[in-house]
Amino acid sequence: MNKPDEAQLFDSDVQQAERRWQQAYDATASSAQRSINRSGIEIKPLYTPHDRAREDFFDDVGFPGAYPNTRGIYASMHRGRSWTQRQLIGWGVPEDYNKRLKEILAHGGTALSLIPCNSVYRGYDADEVPPELLGTCGVVVNSIEDMDIALADVPLDRISCALNDPSPFTLLALLLAVAKRRNIPWQKITGTSNQSDYLSHCVANHMFFRLALPGARRVLTDHIQFANESLPGWNPLSVVGQHTQQAGATPAEAMGFTVAAALQYAEDCIARGMDPDRFLPRFTFFFDISISFFEEIAKFRAGRRLWARLARERLGAKDARSWRFKFHGQTSGVDLTRQQPLNNIARVTAQAMAGIFGGLQSLHTDGYDEAVSVPTAEAARIAIATQNILREEAQLTDVIDPLGGSYYVETLTDRMQEEIEAVIARIDAAGGMFKAVEDGLVQRMIGESALAHQSKIESGEQTVVGVNAYQIDEDPQKYRSQPYPDPAAIDAQCARLKAFKQNRSKPDAANALDDLARSAQGTSNVMASIVTAAEAGATHGEICAVLRRELGFGQPLAIV
Amino acid sequence: MSEFASTYPPKVIVTKIGFDGHDRGSRLVAAFLRDAGMEVIYTPPWQEVATVVKLAIEEDAEVIGISSLATDHLLVPRLMTALRDAGVNDVQVIVGGIVPALDEKLLLDAGVARVFHPGTSLEDIAAEIRALSARARAMRSSELQ
Repeated sequence: MNKPDEAQLFDSDVQQAERRWQQAYDATASSAQRSINRSGIEIKPLYTPHDRAREDFFDDVGFPGAYPNTRGIYASMHRGRSWTQRQLIGWGVPEDYNKRLKEILAHGGTALSLIPCNSVYRGYDADEVPPELLGTCGVVVNSIEDMDIALADVPLDRISCALNDPSPFTLLALLLAVAKRRNIPWQKITGTSNQSDYLSHCVANHMFFRLALPGARRVLTDHIQFANESLPGWNPLSVVGQHTQQAGATPAEAMGFTVAAALQYAEDCIARGMDPDRFLPRFTFFFDISISFFEEIAKFRAGRRLWARLARERLGAKDARSWRFKFHGQTSGVDLTRQQPLNNIARVTAQAMAGIFGGLQSLHTDGYDEAVSVPTAEAARIAIATQNILREEAQLTDVIDPLGGSYYVETLTDRMQEEIEAVIARIDAAGGMFKAVEDGLVQRMIGESALAHQSKIESGEQTVVGVNAYQIDEDPQKYRSQPYPDPAAIDAQCARLKAFKQNRSKPDAANALDDLARSAQGTSNVMASIVTAAEAGATHGEICAVLRRELGFGQPLAIV
Repeated sequence: MSEFASTYPPKVIVTKIGFDGHDRGSRLVAAFLRDAGMEVIYTPPWQEVATVVKLAIEEDAEVIGISSLATDHLLVPRLMTALRDAGVNDVQVIVGGIVPALDEKLLLDAGVARVFHPGTSLEDIAAEIRALSARARAMRSSELQ
């Protein structure tokens, strides 16, 4: 047939119209301005049906809840159920935490998060560290008694618990010990071990008890196996892109590192003989949401599609639940400014919208005063209100993947995917994520990107309102900062730990710690021994001390 | 300033004390100062106060830059005391990061030369370090005379 069909006719009309537009555009002053996003992709001034080379709708975009999940991992997405509002909390002593948690639950919260004190992150009890730091950035929890107080009157069988609990997962062990004490079966415990991704900690923020890398690798695989066998409602792994992006990785790099780390963890589990369809449905992800609005949306859509393909094709998962890219998003603190801090409410709003349009499952919005101090209660309230306004006033949840089909967003999703795949290929060529981290490759890539971004701010190429543009004179004393815990409460907490150690059954605790050491020396599951030790009254610091001794202590690489 | 002093680039330690591990700031500042021609002694996070004092003496550093994101600046008064106890009086200490306004006074009163907050340009930090390095050298040469 020589007769052109309707589609071809339409196509040539569009081409003519596009040429006319291009000429008109080129004649304007703004045509010389180039725009390159944070991942290094040049952004055109206009996108049309001609920008997408790949045209197989079902292969690339499709429907929500259907492979490859580009438009979302569930059929109904936010229309069916809102994202979870998961605000991070943790400050002071267990009583402070419990009071704050109850306030949140009374205001409709259905999930808890627990941020421990930095001394806990680093593997120490309160009696091992300088007291002036205790409780300033998170709650001090060292023993089963502390955890019991922190979670007093909280229905552990009906609430999802997000624990900021890096390896060796002592907070989970203490939680399980408390549940047993309250006769709550572990099958009813639900939640996530946030911060279990030791590779992202190792390259980005070092907020963890630093076992030497091989030890950390073994403990995580044990932890995933333990959860698979004993905790059907628990997500043992949250693979974290937030750390690397906050440390300076571009959005594409952060997604690439995260997917590469997830592949590493999955392949470690498979090497242990575990079935991908047993553990992959329990993998979750956690990302930074920067203010680079469309880039973030495309990052999430591309990462979700890529993970579905890799889970199916590379890891061999057959169950559709294994392909789901479940993720939590947190608005970027690095984008926030100390100058004119109330402007940060606008930044957090734009970031949160990018996360929502990107199809996240839970969201933490930052307080506007993040660059001033640990967030105040007022700032935390506004952060939650921002989510409520976006959902219930702006009605962002009416349509699933509302930007899907946009010529720009679909093209950018494809381009971001290419960049992400290039990062993964580079990591694969270096021998996988574990090796790439051990050799410092990932750390160097992050450092270079951080410096490049800062150079753009210094040169003014990247505007930061109030910092390198639109500055005003302001009184830095004007904004209140979060107070530090009462020293008397910290003293009482230290006294409580001392009394706890005196009053517990010393032989039980000592025997459990010996068993833990033997587990670490041998091949039995270390996580099971950690839980038993917590139940027997061993403290967080004691458990960490045993593992530090048996599995080795690691230091960050000094890479600038 | 003596001829000797002006010949050599400033010598600065960039480090983090305490528990926090967020090192974007310290790595960024260290890389910039290095590229600006300074002699930079960089350490990973989690350094003990005593380690930093020892390093300052061994390396004959002129400036110590402490990066803090999550309240570790509260340990800086301990560092100032430890430096004095070790007889180190000329090394200039600066702090950069999230430091609430009220705490800035605490640090300055403890002897910190300068506190840098988020949004400071790297050029400004480098300029201040050059000035503080010159001050440390002047103190040293006056001690020698």
